[in-house]
Parts: sequence; structure tokens; C-alpha cells
Amino acid sequence: MVQLTVNGQTHDIEAEPDMPLLWVLREQIGLTGTKFGCGIALCGACTVHIDGVATRSCVMPLSAIGAEQKIVTIEGLSPDGSHPVQKAWLALDVPQCGYCQTGMIMAVASLLETNPTPSDDDIDAEITNICRCGTYNRVRAAIHMAADGKAG
Amino acid sequence: MHLITPDQYRQMLAGMGAPLAASRRHFLKGLGAAGGALVIGLNLGPRLALAEEAAAAAPAAPPMPNAFVRIAPDNTVTVLIKHVDMGQGVTTGLPTIVAEELDADWSQMRTAFAPADAKLYNNLAFGPVQGTGGSTSVANSWDQLRRAGAAARAMLVEAAAKQWGVAPDSITVSKGVLTSGSHSGTFGAFAEAAAKLPVPAEVELKEPKDFTLIGTKLPRLDSTVKTDGTATYALDMRRPGMLTAVIRRPDRFGATVNSFDAAAAKKVPGVVEVVAVPSGIAVLATNTWAAIQGREALAGLEWDEAKAEKRGTAELFDEYRKLAASPGLPAARRGDAAKGLAGAAKTIEAEFSFPYLAHAPMEPLNCVIEKTADGATIWTGSQFQTIEQAITAGILGLRPEQVKIESLYAGGSFGRRANTAADYVAEAATILKAIDGRAPVHLVWTREDDIKGGYYRPMFYHKVRAGLTADGKIAGWEQQIVGQSFMAGTPFEAFAIKEGVDGTSVEGASDTNYDIGNFAVDLHSPKVAVPTLWWRSVGHTHTAHVVEVMIDELARAAGRDPVEFRLELLKDKPRHAAVLKLLAEKASWGAKAGPGKGRGVALHESFNTVVGSVIDISVVDGKIKVERVVCAVDCGIAINPDVIAAQIEGGVGFGLGAALHDEITLEDGVVEQANFDTYVPLRMSEMPKVEVHILPSANAPTGIGEPGVPGVAPALSNAIFDATGQRLRSLPFRLEDFKA
Repeated sequence: MVQLTVNGQTHDIEAEPDMPLLWVLREQIGLTGTKFGCGIALCGACTVHIDGVATRSCVMPLSAIGAEQKIVTIEGLSPDGSHPVQKAWLALDVPQCGYCQTGMIMAVASLLETNPTPSDDDIDAEITNICRCGTYNRVRAAIHMAADGKAG
Repeated sequence: MHLITPDQYRQMLAGMGAPLAASRRHFLKGLGAAGGALVIGLNLGPRLALAEEAAAAAPAAPPMPNAFVRIAPDNTVTVLIKHVDMGQGVTTGLPTIVAEELDADWSQMRTAFAPADAKLYNNLAFGPVQGTGGSTSVANSWDQLRRAGAAARAMLVEAAAKQWGVAPDSITVSKGVLTSGSHSGTFGAFAEAAAKLPVPAEVELKEPKDFTLIGTKLPRLDSTVKTDGTATYALDMRRPGMLTAVIRRPDRFGATVNSFDAAAAKKVPGVVEVVAVPSGIAVLATNTWAAIQGREALAGLEWDEAKAEKRGTAELFDEYRKLAASPGLPAARRGDAAKGLAGAAKTIEAEFSFPYLAHAPMEPLNCVIEKTADGATIWTGSQFQTIEQAITAGILGLRPEQVKIESLYAGGSFGRRANTAADYVAEAATILKAIDGRAPVHLVWTREDDIKGGYYRPMFYHKVRAGLTADGKIAGWEQQIVGQSFMAGTPFEAFAIKEGVDGTSVEGASDTNYDIGNFAVDLHSPKVAVPTLWWRSVGHTHTAHVVEVMIDELARAAGRDPVEFRLELLKDKPRHAAVLKLLAEKASWGAKAGPGKGRGVALHESFNTVVGSVIDISVVDGKIKVERVVCAVDCGIAINPDVIAAQIEGGVGFGLGAALHDEITLEDGVVEQANFDTYVPLRMSEMPKVEVHILPSANAPTGIGEPGVPGVAPALSNAIFDATGQRLRSLPFRLEDFKA
């Protein structure tokens, strides 16, 4: 048994050490806002924060995470969907099918922590999450809106 | 073209003994109170009445079949959504139609996915199935939901009039509030009383000029749950004791399992069972990771490949090319194409090839199925609920009505979740059967399963010979189209295939809107064991490209401006010409692109919607960058212009991914791609600016989910030619290898 700290709560986990964090979060803890998209860290649907760093949880084995590390999922980003990135997403109605958006939001929230006013080139380089619905332009606009503090 | 024409639809209904006349006349019938709520639906006729009685007699049945609108005492208005939301916005568009006629306030609107029922929730465009596809959701619901909303409003007004002792016509309704003189009340206050009133036989609908919600940018009703992680997709479903199943499928399409050794797989912690099913070997485990690990541990796999497809993509294209050299079945004939071409002053001959394409929705295919006391329940985000219901019932030995479908948000689809074989739902049902229903089964496809799993947009090959007269008119047009039919062998075959020609293979070419007098289109439909399916915009994914590139080539050969040339061919098509004119104006078409720049245009009708696209590119150091896409759209009355813009933006991204990268290839029958490293989707860095301009219209709404896709590849080809003088015809363009 190992311990994980997720969204400020400690969880006792019974799982194989090689099980990726994605499946621990979704199936052991029940936090299904983190999504499975590709399983090989290419699409970003599984993005969570580990000690503030955007991390693709589908390739992060349970054994590589310490109990002291702070994991934040979409459910813990804000208590009520009021994170500036979430507000910008609502203001521009970014999601279509919505499946990739929680990972997209987590990646963007992390980017804005380290780079509060990213340029378009920064966004191209840093936000490599895949959206098959093609919401990219609204994602970009929402990033700028959140960065400008104009999302209300 | 329609997937199925209204006449064919009537024949299908007649064949099923359904009451067509009643269902199309829109008489309304009261369904009475359901828990103090006002429930409104459309009477679909006597067979439905029987179904209602049966439902009423069965205590376990839900109390409100055939309803589209529920108004609750808490003042919420819930619209039952008969379609699946896979991102196209039906959970916003459909409630808007109801709210408009009801004069509701947008903040009180809610949605719920309707249960599977072909009689109550038939798709009026291609039923009698409950299904989502062909960009029909708003178009087929438009009249139905306006009447449902108007009837609910009339009943609330009558209830208020009785309570207040005033004349109904003294009551006004605005933003969810009824008012007469000093009286005022909410919908919720009258929900119970209104539910006891008869539903009016006739209702008055608003004039479009009086719309207050339709045509405005209302916020999407699904955005909140899709930004805080609470939206539920099938992959998020958890049931007590549920097992997750993954299937090891054969490497070649058409192969079946001979033998396997499950000993090592069963030793993987968490793996519970390994069972053979028709599509392969299913590994069931207490969690998804264990199931995947268990599948990896399967050994001694032997397949029967007697019927397997062993040809590769290159061999298939060779065969397609040979087929195109001989006449096919006539898909269109007008004038005398051969004679026109024989007398042409100039002819252009060109060939185009299109690869297999995977849909690759972000949520991998999956569903949950569970045995219940009186049948089975399926949780899924599928496009063909009642087909899945019927197929599952067949597998489990149940009647369709014993199979309950709980529809959930679908994490993308692009046509993949509309399968007449109900493939992944059927797989789940076969696994449930194989374990005697001992546990709920969650069948999960991994991304590799999805990319390798077939049901692709078919490979297509086109060969066109077109000519110009001495004065620059089109003298003749001969087109050969070669590609698999995915309608053959399905329940839709009789309706989609006419005299051997599958309409979905030729739509957008055989019925081109351009005035071409001497015109011939032939179709060859070779048989290949690779399963194929519609893919966002179906036949238009290839036909629009061929037609719009050829028209561009002809315009340039004639020394004409591509927009002017098209307008001349559309002189009897005012709707199309209007789209093209608005597009030219908004894109500043007359302006010269300048050095290192290029622009291309395309115009195409699909799903009764006309979309014009202009693409601007730049060439820097021999590399092409797609800078901007301007689209003009006529989709009838625009229910929510922002959702329409989103669909066009997304369609551009989807079309651009296919134009630049997407390709499934086979070597000796084995798919060469596996995940997003080899099947490369468009990413943020490649997404151009997109501008969407919607033409004002008073006509009924038409499709919007798909029509943004077809114009992208041809407009890009035309822009690349404009900038470089090089003509790229076959997809994908693979610009990373291109040197201008």
C-alpha cells in the first residue's frame, strides 16, 4: 500500500506499482475528470499537476510518485470551476465534445503559472494537447483572456 | 444529398407498419401529468398510443414516454435530447428551439438525454431509427421542437388564465414569466395545473422576425460540466463489480481466432477471465490497466486467415487505377460527355487518390453493459441508439425493449459511433453473454485498437478528364470514381444504393451544382475486407476536393478568375452564388496575394448547407504555412451563430488534419499506424485563423456539423498552386516533404 496526496487529501492506494497514475486517479480514487486518450503521453487528455508541473499521468507509474508530492486534478483546480482559466473557457464556450478540455485546462493553468503572458509562439510550443474537434483557436483566445485577467 | 430521401423514408415506415400520416401531421396529444410536471410530446399515432398504454400499465416503466419538454414546479424546463451530443452542440441548439417558442428564460433551460425508442425519438430525416448523423439533428427537430415548445406555452397560458380569471389573450409571456395586468407568475407555479390540461390540437408558431433567442449567442448549456471535469462520458461509468474488458483482435481484417494460451494472462494481478468472442480474445480484469497488461501476456496466438485481407494500400491503388480505365456503373449522365470532350479546344486529365482515414475521436470507443432483472442496460455515447438496442437484444436473446440505453456525452465521434453493425456495443454484449452476465462489463478500446480497428473512411481513387471550348466554357466532364461501398450489406443498402450506385460514394460529384452540360460520372465499388464507414462529411470528403480542384484548373486554363468562373457556372443557383459573393467580399478576393503568398477558393454544398472557403497561405524558405481561412455559410436560420462558427472552425481543423497528415496505410493487409505518433492529428501550432460569416436566412435550418470539412483540402490545393505553380491533388499533401 502507498499513499498519494491528491487535491489536498491523502489516499491509501492498493495497486500494482507499475500502474500509471491516470488509472489510479480514475479507477482507484474515482476522479474521472482526468481522461484517457492515447496512453503514451502524446495527447495530453490525462494532464494533471504534480507539485505544480503539468504532467501526463498516463505514463507516470505509481511507484515514481512520493506521498509528499502534491497532485492536483481538474476536480481540485478550483472548488467551483472559478479558476481564471476555467472562467475564460466558459466565457468563450471553448469545449465542443469536451473530452480533451480538462487536460487542456490543466496544461494551460500550469503554463500561466510559469509564463503569465505567453505569446502565440509560447502557446504553440507549450500546449501540444490534441483536440480532434478543432477548438484550438478558442483555446488560444481563452489563454490570452485568462492571462489578461479579463475572464471576470 | 440526403442519406435517405423522404420517399424512401416513407417506404421504410410503411414496411414497418408505422403510422406515417399521423406522425407527419403534428397533431398534439396530452400525456397528462407526470409527477406534477407538464410533459409535452408529439403524438406519433395509434401504434404509439398502444405503446403508451403498455408503458402506463407496466408499473416499472418510466411515467413519461414520448415527451420532449418537462416543466417542473421548481421552474426548470428540461428538454429531452433524442440525439447524441458528440461536440456538435445539440444540447444547446435543441433547447434553444423549445425555449424560443415557449418564451422561456435561457437560465431555466436544462437537458436530459432521451431513452432509446425509435417510435418516440425517431430521426425524421432517416428514421425509423433513433439516430444522429448526416448533420440532421437540428434540421429534423426544428418543426417538432417548435411545436412542442409552443404547445407547452399555450397550456401554461391557459392554466394561468383560469387561475387569474382573465382571458388567455390578455396574458403575455416573456423570459419565463407570465403576466396579465397586475398578475404575474413563473412557469413553475403553473406547471402542475397546466399538466392537467389537454394539449392543444393546433399551435401558432412565431414569425422568424419575432425570435428573441434564436440567432443570438446564448451560452452553451454543456460548457460548465465540460470545464470542471463533471461531464460524464461512457469511459467514466462505474458499476458495482464491473470488469473492464479489452480485446486482442487479429492483425488482419477478416481473420478469426484459432487458438491462444491464456495462462500467463490469467496470472496478471487483477485479470479475472479470458474468453473468446467473435472479434478476438477478451481479457477481463478488475481495472483497465490490468486488462491491458493481461492482453499483452496472451501467448500462442493463432489466427485463421483464410478470409483475411492480405493486400496492401499500394496494391489496392493499382487495382483501383485499373478499374478506373474501364467504364463503371453510371452515377450521372447529362448531355454527351465524350462528344463534348472530343470537340474540346483544351483538355485536362488528372487523378486523385485518398487514403483510408480513422476517425480517432479523443474518447476511445467504449461502453458499459450490465444484465438487469428484466434485460440489460447499456451506457454509451453512440449515434444509433435503437440499432444498438436491436443488435444487443439479438445477441442476448432479448426483445429490443428489454435493452435500456443510457446515453452519455460522447467524446467526439465524427461518424465512428454510428455503425449499423454496432461494433463495439455488440462486442460488449458478446462478452457479457460469454460470462453469463456475471458482472457488468466495460469494454474499452485503447488508442491502438482505434487506429488499427477499421471502419475507416474508404480509400478512393478518382480520374477526371475535363475540357474547355475555345471560348473558355466547359465542353465536357468525365469522372471515374473507385472506392468501397459501406452501405452494401447494411440495413440501409436498399435505400442508399440505386442500380448498383452507392449514393454516399458519389454525392457531391454526381449532383454537382455547377452547370456542366456534357457530364458523366461512373462508379466502381470494389470489395475489400477492410471495414469502412462514413467519416465527417462522408462522400464529400473526396468528391468536393476533386470537383473544386478541377474547376480551379479549368478556370486557370481558361485564363479566368476562379471566383468569376464559378459564378458563371452557378447562374441558376442564387443561393450558392450568394455564398460565393459574400465570401469574395469578406476575404477581399480581388486583392493580389503578393509575393510569397497564395490564396485558393472552394465552394461546396453538403447536407443542404452551402459553404464557401478561401484559404490564404504563405511560403517561407520553401515551406508552406496556412495563415487564414475565411468561410461563408448558408445553413438556413442560424439557431446559435456561435455554435455554428465553432462547428465551422472545428470542421476546418478536421479537414486540415486530413489534408496535411491523416493516412491509414496497409502493408500485406496489416495497418501500419498505431497511435498519434503515426496517425498524426492537427495540433495548435498548425491551426490557422478562421473567420466565419453566416448568410442571413429565413429558411429552415440545415446541417452544420459536417459542411465545414469538404472545402478545406481543395481550397488549400488551389492556394498552393496560386503561390507555387505546383498542383497537389492526392491527399494527404504531406507538406513537410514539400519544397516550393
